[in-house]
Amino acid sequence: MAQSVLKVVDIKKSFAGVDALKGVSLEIAPGEIHCLAGENGCGKSTLIKIISGVYEPNSGQIEFSGNIHKKITPIEAIMNGIQVIYQDFSIFPNMSVVENLAFNSELANKHKLVNKKRMRKIAKDAIAKINFEVDLDAKVGTLSVADKQLVAICRALMFDAKLIIMDEPTTALTRKEVNALFKIILDLKAQGIATLFVSHKLDEVFEISERFTIIRSGEKIITGNTAELDNKKFTYYMTGREFEDIAFTPKNIDTAPVLEVKNLGLTGFFENISFALHKGEILGLTGLLGSGRTELALSLFGIRKADSGTIEIDGKEIRLDSVQTAMENGIGYVPEDRLSEGLFLPRGIGDNIIISEVDSLANGIGVLDRTKKKNEIARWVKELTIATPNPDNACSTLSGGNQQRIVLAKWLARDLKILILNGPTMGVDIGSKYDIHMILQKLADEGMSLIIISDDIPEIMTTCSKILIMRDGRITATLNPKETNVQELSKYMM
Amino acid sequence: MKNNNRGLSAFLTRDVYLTRLITLMAIWMIFMAIFKFDSFYSIINYQTMAAQFPEYGLMALGIMLCMITGGIDLSVVGVANFASIVTGMLLKTMVDPSGELPLIGIPAAILGGLLVGAAAGALNGFLISKVRIPPILCTLGSYELFTGIAILFTKGKAISGFPAAYSATIAGKLFNIIPMQLVFFVVMAAILAFLLNRTTYGTKLYMLGTNMNAAKFSGLKTDRLLIKTYMLSGICAALGGVVMLANYNSARADYGTVYTLQCVLIVVLGGVSTVGGKGRISGVVLAICVLQMLSSGLNRFPQVSSFFIPLIWGGVLIIIMVLNHFTENKKIKSPKEIIK
Amino acid sequence: MPIILKKLTQRNETYIFLVILVLSFLIEFRSGQFFTPNNIVDIASAMIVPGLFAIGTFMVIVSGGIDVSFPALASLSVYATTSTLFDAKYSGNMWLPIVMALAIGALLGAVNGILIAAFNLPPLIVTLGTSSIFRGFMLGVLGAKQMPVIPKGMSTFGTSSLFVAKNAQSGLTSRMPVAILALIIVLVIAYLILYRTMFGRGIYAIGGNETSAFRAGFNVRQIKFLLYVGVGIISSLAGLIRVCMMTQDHPTNMLGMEMMIIAGVVLGGTAITGGAGSLTGCMLGTALIVIVQNSLILLGVPTFWQGFFLGMLILIGTGVSASQVMRSSNMSKLRKTRRAL
Repeated sequence: MAQSVLKVVDIKKSFAGVDALKGVSLEIAPGEIHCLAGENGCGKSTLIKIISGVYEPNSGQIEFSGNIHKKITPIEAIMNGIQVIYQDFSIFPNMSVVENLAFNSELANKHKLVNKKRMRKIAKDAIAKINFEVDLDAKVGTLSVADKQLVAICRALMFDAKLIIMDEPTTALTRKEVNALFKIILDLKAQGIATLFVSHKLDEVFEISERFTIIRSGEKIITGNTAELDNKKFTYYMTGREFEDIAFTPKNIDTAPVLEVKNLGLTGFFENISFALHKGEILGLTGLLGSGRTELALSLFGIRKADSGTIEIDGKEIRLDSVQTAMENGIGYVPEDRLSEGLFLPRGIGDNIIISEVDSLANGIGVLDRTKKKNEIARWVKELTIATPNPDNACSTLSGGNQQRIVLAKWLARDLKILILNGPTMGVDIGSKYDIHMILQKLADEGMSLIIISDDIPEIMTTCSKILIMRDGRITATLNPKETNVQELSKYMM
Repeated sequence: MKNNNRGLSAFLTRDVYLTRLITLMAIWMIFMAIFKFDSFYSIINYQTMAAQFPEYGLMALGIMLCMITGGIDLSVVGVANFASIVTGMLLKTMVDPSGELPLIGIPAAILGGLLVGAAAGALNGFLISKVRIPPILCTLGSYELFTGIAILFTKGKAISGFPAAYSATIAGKLFNIIPMQLVFFVVMAAILAFLLNRTTYGTKLYMLGTNMNAAKFSGLKTDRLLIKTYMLSGICAALGGVVMLANYNSARADYGTVYTLQCVLIVVLGGVSTVGGKGRISGVVLAICVLQMLSSGLNRFPQVSSFFIPLIWGGVLIIIMVLNHFTENKKIKSPKEIIK
Repeated sequence: MPIILKKLTQRNETYIFLVILVLSFLIEFRSGQFFTPNNIVDIASAMIVPGLFAIGTFMVIVSGGIDVSFPALASLSVYATTSTLFDAKYSGNMWLPIVMALAIGALLGAVNGILIAAFNLPPLIVTLGTSSIFRGFMLGVLGAKQMPVIPKGMSTFGTSSLFVAKNAQSGLTSRMPVAILALIIVLVIAYLILYRTMFGRGIYAIGGNETSAFRAGFNVRQIKFLLYVGVGIISSLAGLIRVCMMTQDHPTNMLGMEMMIIAGVVLGGTAITGGAGSLTGCMLGTALIVIVQNSLILLGVPTFWQGFFLGMLILIGTGVSASQVMRSSNMSKLRKTRRAL
């Protein structure tokens, strides 16, 4: 049997008395495509950092192709063929592709002077390895996310890599780009280079990996062949609980639409969008990245006013040209990027919850009513079961699922007619995901109308009562989830 | 800002930074008590200190407000001088031939100065929020502009010859004990503290300074908030100018040029973060007290020339920051932050 | 040819250059005195000290940092040099003063460097503090006073000229100081460092993404430290030249220049956040400010309009570049849906 390119045995690591890893073992054969899955905070990032030499394990053994090490430095890991591509790709957006590719080796070879010819050759050789076509003189910041990632991959391949570790590589990629990435991973496999793929998306685990390992709370739960895995088992391993997602059936509350969109268009992004939304409905808006779905959501929230068509709320035509107008008309928006757009991380949980309705907690001249504020915060912490001992604690102390509840609470604290959610359960652990779905369904039953934008097909299928599919800025289909299936959805999306 | 655990000990442990400042002040006060008790702990000394700092203290308050939003206001000295010139000119136009001022004379002149400050601040706020010029560059430019306009008004000279009533009142003493300048400062500081801690404006401001994007997505009118903030800063600076006018009995376009950096130093020493979202009036007031006491105390030692003062101030800032750096590193991160 | 044109229109430096051209023609039109030999020499001469300051400031800003202490630093190192040599009745040539001033400047810059690179303290605050310390040290400890007379070697250097330009019409002459060579030499060295050494590329890399620079293998600490030492050296050279050219030492004369220099660097297209900007742009931006300062007189504008015009220039300049950034950001980023505001 060929020697494993990587073998870690019984790795333990703790920080300030808290166990991050409680004895995790992992083995990867040469050329293997292995997926490392687990919820946020399970310890997979710590494991990666130990493998790449950034952290030192408290105990355990690290073996690279048969050589046993007790502890390693980042340079040693690189020398042993381990390359990590972090989520931000570690690139220099202000510098050219040539420089981004050549810097590492120039520095490793201790070159002090710039030799443009030599650097160019290095860059050319690097992109040839995966047949990547790119303008070598372009500033990396102007490239698409997928191309930036490819630059990072090329750079990783320059040092005789045996194992490439990719941390959540598909987060910002369109479906086409994901396919391209997977093809490259298969090419690497053919060249004998293994890939350790960190992800929590089930469909990716299925699609690309041969073997998988699931970590939960610092412990390895299971390692196995992907062929033996299914949805239910995956969920169970990831959370330790079994979930049955209940399909949503809307209560037909009203025939008159709450929101009616007619021929809405924004030049360059979407056109001819028409649909109606009723009370108690949950509308699913899906499509690949670049289909215009997010821009449509932003237009409905007043961030980017549409330049053609009309929007009617409760039968009255409204010009949605600002966030304030949208909010005054009862529209709320839970953004895609929770951390940078939805939350004020260093601030207290309470402040985060009440910030959109803060004016109603004060008197005419703006003086806050502290008791009212305190009660309001307590109310929402309870209603959305936000797990915190103290509402003054900073938002950053909470898990992804709890953070998302805070963003929800912020909007629910206002009297909303329509709530738009963009990727509501992205980066959220399965337990919280289920809870959030239940919350959304309850809101709909109580009369709110929801629009969910998501590319999580199972989520769309179970949570929505109507699905709109967008492609290239237009609606290609309106489907009833109970009368369709995943294949039909995909067909309309591509 | 909220205080779930009330009490002095809770306050001290929660804000180690301010504690350090208080300790420094306490040490210095003891030192002065030992060596120069009579001259330092005299009413006159405290009155002098209390009359000296409001000039720049008011400007520091304005800068602090802007820094909470993640910006900065480097134009405060220009605004102060401009306001002081306008106030002075208004006084001169209102004076009657016998040299007397009408009753509303002083308030009206001061109001004029404050309006200038508000207008200047509004310009800054507009350029920063709507045109999106980085605050450091915008207020740098507006500093030149306001100073330039002030030079145009005064043709580069100092204006003087104001009715004595002005200086007597503004640089005088309330109830014969409390310097009026201090009153101005305390009132302004109290108003700002109230705004920051007890009103929606304050809550919104801290959130905006923490994350501008999230603020916009949460429906906050960020442009308006910024314009309001820079206007407040302009008003604070103008008030500083009003006080300067009384202290010097003259107005020039280029008084107090060292104050700009000095005020930023004070604000940073007071625990306000340049990145935004953090900072308290109490910190800034404390920093002013510490620095003023240091200067005043040093003045008692004739061997130490007053030129040493900037040296000490800079030194204090650096030492405090280095101390912070070392304790920050020792502080154990919450496990959640590490396990990612 | 078209490709070059396209590339030119995309760059900030082109626009600054055009503004300078337009301004120059305006002044020429009004006064007929701009494109005269002696005026050009005057402007070049006025560029020496700000230009040197700007080079140092530029490199620090590109690395993502900032230094507001350089005028105080320069004042201190130059005063220390001048007064020591004067008291020692130094009568030699310029080399010793240069070596002394640069050495002291390096030391002072190292103070900034250690605090910023080793302790990781924010550059704005640190240099604010050291600015105060340098100033206080110079005035307090050294008891600096105006020196109407400086060592002969220095004043000779300051007053010797490379050549003299004569305006045939008005009969005015202007001398091109020898010190212009210093500016040219430093400019060339800076260019070579920034564009031809890994150290220089490292400065841009750190300004682009400091974590990535660290991961790529750049010795970030060392680069930052040496940068601030470098600023100390260049600034001291600038201050020394100024004292020599004025043949006097006014210790507080340069204090307060920092903002104008930074404005010039930024007008030339250097991003205040770091990672972008060129040496050419930096010099063009500084030149623009120097021309405005020097040539208002030629337009018949009384000197006390200067501040007003400079302020307007900065506001308009930064305003225009800010709205450019906004426009391009709106176009590309809405597609990426991250920051659509």
